[in-house]
Amino acid sequence: MKGKLILEDGTVFHGKLLNNIKATGEVVFNTGMTGYQESLTDPSYCRQILTLTYPMVGNYGIADLFMQSRKSFVNGFVIGELCEMGSNWHYETSLADFLTKQGVPCLYDVDTRAVTRKIRSAGTMKGIIVSEDAAQTEIDELFAVPIKKDVVMEVTTPEAYTMEAEAADAPHVVAMDFGVKQNILKSLHDLGCKLTVVPAHTMAEEVLALQPDGIFLSNGPGDPADVPEIVAEIKKLIGKKPIFGICLGHQLLARSLGAKTYKLKFGHRGCNQPVKNLLTGRVQISSQNHGYAVDEESLKDLPLEVTHINVNDGTVEGMRHKDLPIFSVQYHPEASPGPDDNMYLFDQFWTMLKGE
Amino acid sequence: MPKKENLKKVMVVGSGPIIIGQAAEFDYAGSQACRSLKEEGLEVVLVNSNPATIMTDSHIADRVYIEPLTPEFLEEIISKERPDGLLATLGGQAGLNLAVQLAERGVLEKYGVELLGTPLEAIEKAEDREMFKETMQKLGEPIPESTIVEDVPSAVAFAKEIGYPVIVRPAYTMGGTGGGIAENEEELIDIVIKGLNYSMIGQVLIERSVAGWKEIEYEVMRDGNDNCITVCNMENFDPVGVHTGDSIVVAPSQTLTDHEYQMLRSASLRIIRELGIEGGCNAQYALDPNSNKYYVIEVNPRVSRSSALASKATGYPIAKVSAKIAIGYTLDEITNAVTQKTKACFEPALDYCVVKFPRWPFDKFVYADRTLGTQMKATGEVMSIDRHFEGAILKAVRSLEIGVHRLHMDKMDAWDDARVKKNLARINDERIFVIAEALRRGIATVDEIHAVTKIDKWFIHKIKNITDVETTLTSEPLTPKHMLAAKNVGLADVSIAEITGKSVDEIRTTRKSMGILPAYKMVDTCAAEFEAATPYYYSTFRAEQDEVQTSNARKVIVLGSGPIRIGQGVEFDYCSVHSVWALREMGIEAIIINNNPETVSTDFDISDRLYFEPLTTEHVLNIIDKEKPEGVIVQFGGQTAINLAASLQKAGVKVFGTSVDDIDRAEDRERFDEVLTQTQIPRPQGISVTNLADAITGASAIGYPVMVRPSYVLGGRAMEIVYNEDELRDYMSRAVKVTPDHPVLVDRYMQGTEVEVDGISDGVDVVIPGIMEHVERAGVHSGDSIAVYPPQTLPSKVIYTIIDYTKRLAVALHVKGLLNIQFVVADGEVYIIEVNPRSSRTVPFLSKVTDVKMVNLATRIAMGSTLKELGYKSGLVPPKPYVAVKAPVFSFAKMTDVDIALGPEMKSTGEVMGIDYHYARALYKAIIGSGTHVPTKGCVLFTVADKDKEEMKQLAKAFSELDFQIAATEGTAKTIQSMGIDVEIVGKVHERSTDIIERIKSGKINMVINTLTQGKHSLKDGFKIRRATVEHDIACLTSLDTAWEVLRVLSFMRERRLVYSLAIQDYVGGGDGLA
Repeated sequence: MKGKLILEDGTVFHGKLLNNIKATGEVVFNTGMTGYQESLTDPSYCRQILTLTYPMVGNYGIADLFMQSRKSFVNGFVIGELCEMGSNWHYETSLADFLTKQGVPCLYDVDTRAVTRKIRSAGTMKGIIVSEDAAQTEIDELFAVPIKKDVVMEVTTPEAYTMEAEAADAPHVVAMDFGVKQNILKSLHDLGCKLTVVPAHTMAEEVLALQPDGIFLSNGPGDPADVPEIVAEIKKLIGKKPIFGICLGHQLLARSLGAKTYKLKFGHRGCNQPVKNLLTGRVQISSQNHGYAVDEESLKDLPLEVTHINVNDGTVEGMRHKDLPIFSVQYHPEASPGPDDNMYLFDQFWTMLKGE
Repeated sequence: MPKKENLKKVMVVGSGPIIIGQAAEFDYAGSQACRSLKEEGLEVVLVNSNPATIMTDSHIADRVYIEPLTPEFLEEIISKERPDGLLATLGGQAGLNLAVQLAERGVLEKYGVELLGTPLEAIEKAEDREMFKETMQKLGEPIPESTIVEDVPSAVAFAKEIGYPVIVRPAYTMGGTGGGIAENEEELIDIVIKGLNYSMIGQVLIERSVAGWKEIEYEVMRDGNDNCITVCNMENFDPVGVHTGDSIVVAPSQTLTDHEYQMLRSASLRIIRELGIEGGCNAQYALDPNSNKYYVIEVNPRVSRSSALASKATGYPIAKVSAKIAIGYTLDEITNAVTQKTKACFEPALDYCVVKFPRWPFDKFVYADRTLGTQMKATGEVMSIDRHFEGAILKAVRSLEIGVHRLHMDKMDAWDDARVKKNLARINDERIFVIAEALRRGIATVDEIHAVTKIDKWFIHKIKNITDVETTLTSEPLTPKHMLAAKNVGLADVSIAEITGKSVDEIRTTRKSMGILPAYKMVDTCAAEFEAATPYYYSTFRAEQDEVQTSNARKVIVLGSGPIRIGQGVEFDYCSVHSVWALREMGIEAIIINNNPETVSTDFDISDRLYFEPLTTEHVLNIIDKEKPEGVIVQFGGQTAINLAASLQKAGVKVFGTSVDDIDRAEDRERFDEVLTQTQIPRPQGISVTNLADAITGASAIGYPVMVRPSYVLGGRAMEIVYNEDELRDYMSRAVKVTPDHPVLVDRYMQGTEVEVDGISDGVDVVIPGIMEHVERAGVHSGDSIAVYPPQTLPSKVIYTIIDYTKRLAVALHVKGLLNIQFVVADGEVYIIEVNPRSSRTVPFLSKVTDVKMVNLATRIAMGSTLKELGYKSGLVPPKPYVAVKAPVFSFAKMTDVDIALGPEMKSTGEVMGIDYHYARALYKAIIGSGTHVPTKGCVLFTVADKDKEEMKQLAKAFSELDFQIAATEGTAKTIQSMGIDVEIVGKVHERSTDIIERIKSGKINMVINTLTQGKHSLKDGFKIRRATVEHDIACLTSLDTAWEVLRVLSFMRERRLVYSLAIQDYVGGGDGLA
């Protein structure tokens, strides 16, 4: 059936509705050409309507192996062609079936390049997905639905759990789950770490009581300014243990050290973002998904230094503590989707864990 | 300023003539590199033997040497120019090989030249089979297991170890003769025995076969600071087994998961790092469709055909960035030319689907083996862009100009189901059409087709989407819904018309009234993430928003020339580009439409706007609807553009330059006869016929031999000299489709000197920049002849006549722009063969050697200027004091089963130029540059037709006087003996099995002079001999005229300094005097 995406400013994009489910969310776009399943199940997209710029989606179907979390948290999925005949040896189910099963509203056959151009120039904004013949009252109601702010609570693990390591003397990392992607946990685990994954609102004392060798602050959805209580707990962890943060974890870490964060016009979402490591002068291509960034100015008088910047717009992509074994990056070294050029960051954390 | 401050002057090496496997992409890469270096303030010295290119224009580099690409010539140029650096990785394999040779000879060291870009060691690591193997093993990157064996038991043992299937490749045979894929031991033994026989050194390579796996490519860049990016990945529609140059390719990959995509991407980065490449590199993989297993098949440590494709597919200028890297920049210091804001250190994101489709020469080489395998056969390619695969593949098919507009070939309508099914298993140029036919008929399922072809089901499903819509159209009325569905799967108006039985005009009108119009999108490297200024567009019907802003400025569309094919090569791209430049100089916005990814014209910063679209009436009209230009220029895009002129004019479009009606007067036989009568210019007697009976009557009236050809030809397609009625009958039934709309021309065959003229006319005055005399007498296609500027043997009376005729014709045809005329001079009389009121293949050559900006003038005239206003007087421009020779280059080694004998059908794929103050040295340069191995001593074999024996006698005598041994077949030998010359008699091929062939194989014959025996039936022997010369890379001259010129070169070689070079700027500037 026919459907449409309406943006807050009144712009309308037409398409077809996969399963007459309506949606409200913040409309963002991702430029990756592969990895739709990984993006759909990346909790950082919680409550957002995700648009893919690549126009053919579903080509290789869906496989359990590529899930990045227990489910898809997106509020809506806006794409070009919805491929019905996926083909790959990993194929388990079609994208359409997956979306239906997950209850993800999907608008397809959309000119997503036009959507992207709009967002690029006007910035991310609220949008809704409705059927073509939706009444104005229905549209108004959907726009009236506030975009939930406590998104971290929605995506974090309800219970702490452990991933045992093979070696008995494996370093123990407590990973604070603000919406962690599976591949981050896998990457840490593959390093040889024992992992305890704890819910987002775990108190600092509880974290330290687990006697970790290091603390990992995960990625996650939303505005870092919306969770001051988490920032307060992280503050208590500073100086106690080596800390490594990714994405939201990086922003929360920065705030806990006194830095500011701000909202980017339309964020960085894709698999092709160049990041320059200021310590080595080398540039790596990274996978990114963030709508907020750390304010470089605000780092000036803090014991923090910028270690990575985005080559495209010069924004902060990584930092480290001048004195303590603490560092973080804004992007996703664990890839999935995207390039694995930055796995060296996990090795760096490993070195810290080993106290080397 | 280059980052490497020691660099002041850099030498760039081009790739030489166009051959199969090395085409216009290197003109694109080389020109881009030169411009990129010049903008850094470097002095650029360019060497390339190919005059048909943009890169050899005198404004592209400070010093342009159109000289043979041999180490001797390069050393001479280096010693003269003393460049600080040498950039060779943009000149294809030819350039790379030269760099290696120069390094090995110590030339670079001697003159202190730094090899820029990828270091020699990296080149060797990638190119040397053993070193590559070691490097990959060290890196843990899997390559297909292989070994070299000299006997059957070793082959069997190795196959047992790695498992079947295995590929057998005999060492040192060209064209893969004697190889094959063995599925089991029995087959292996059989193939190995054969292969060992074929191999000159008794060795065969046994390699794991991954035929049927997915073939995936990555284009990777690395800078001196070890920053690496991948520009693009590509997936071949055709699984491993078909050369990637012969495969349909999509970008980006479509059936790979992110995991697979990243796995191969990471492998590519590991490889480029380990090799230490600085610049662009291409890595090819075989990926198991049923596991994560993969093999590295090949790594090219240089810019390649695939990188040109990747550049056009993404908008990322690989050659330009490679050049910057070579002079010391790092990727994050180089600006992204597309966005002008971001840096070159990123990976392009595509938001569309790109399809590349190869263009094969099987329409010319009708007897060639159409099977596709590991030897590339395509001469060119087209690229298309849409938001989805269906649209892109259909656009690609329409761009090919092979008489199809959808995945349907008329001839298959006559096939029964069994034949269609049987053909599914054939891997040839028609496979995708067979697949579509099978789906259309519903005689095979997607799974069944996949099982036979191993083509990924995703692609087959997509083809089925198209044929499903076609089926609906045949049975249901053309409602707006169905019209939209048809356009959404990319069907052209002409296809919808064909399927629904309506006229194209009706479909177009109906469609437009339904509001179903294309939208235009931009190629911007970043999927719209950043604002971009690239004027590079494509159309799609599946979009809501047309984002392309047109301007109100004066604007004109220049139609490009489509894919490179025999008869229409890079020369026409040269002309299109110059026309664009001329318009821009005049302050008019130039819009180009073209579909060839290899060319300079489709570089996004050449024109004001580039529409990467098929050159069909529908696509061009759609763009005209959008842009509303003042008109179109068709005379520079070869026959491709000319063919569109009439339909565009009919649609109300202004065609600038020579009018459509006057073009028709030149091309239509009868109307042209009227022109000739009116201008009193003689032509060889001839008639136009529409059936066999008339042909036979006509031919006997004219008298055999006659030249026969279809009307409206380019490159002498299907043109033959026939000697009797039997041959005429054969020709009429085999080579042409004769209909009242497509008559066949029968002309008297005149054996005289062929002369070619290019002129520029405003309808009143005519400027003739130069006249070219052909070495080979009429009968050899002009594109395959050696052409000499200025003429060396023509009396002035003949020259005056030619000038006079040219003027008369230009005026009578109201030519506004370029015209090309071919004459034949017999017994002092000048006859006209044909007139082309458009740019020709010789325009770049002539422009360069005469320094007349022919295309620029022609464009200005097409736009309304006169020659007078432009400061030109009517007549022949005074000839220059030097001589330029254009020699054809062939790709016979790549095309087995093709006869190399020259005739009226064009066979060459490219050309080289030799220029010098001495004719003989210019000739020498052209012949050496063309890659002909002229022996300085040894044995010359003569085997000629009776009609040539008299002339051959003198030739044999002359060779003998140069101390060559002479060998000949019996009849020929007798004639030679009559001159008192020692001659060794060799048996004809069919007489003593393989005597001649054996001698060629074993190197006892160093050159062959062979003319076609009359008639087409006794050709077998000659064919075998000629093919043997190709396989063993020895010169074979099939025209006595060529042989005389080679003789002249040989005599010259004994007395003069051979290697002498001057830049084109010196020649045209008149500097440096005589050698």
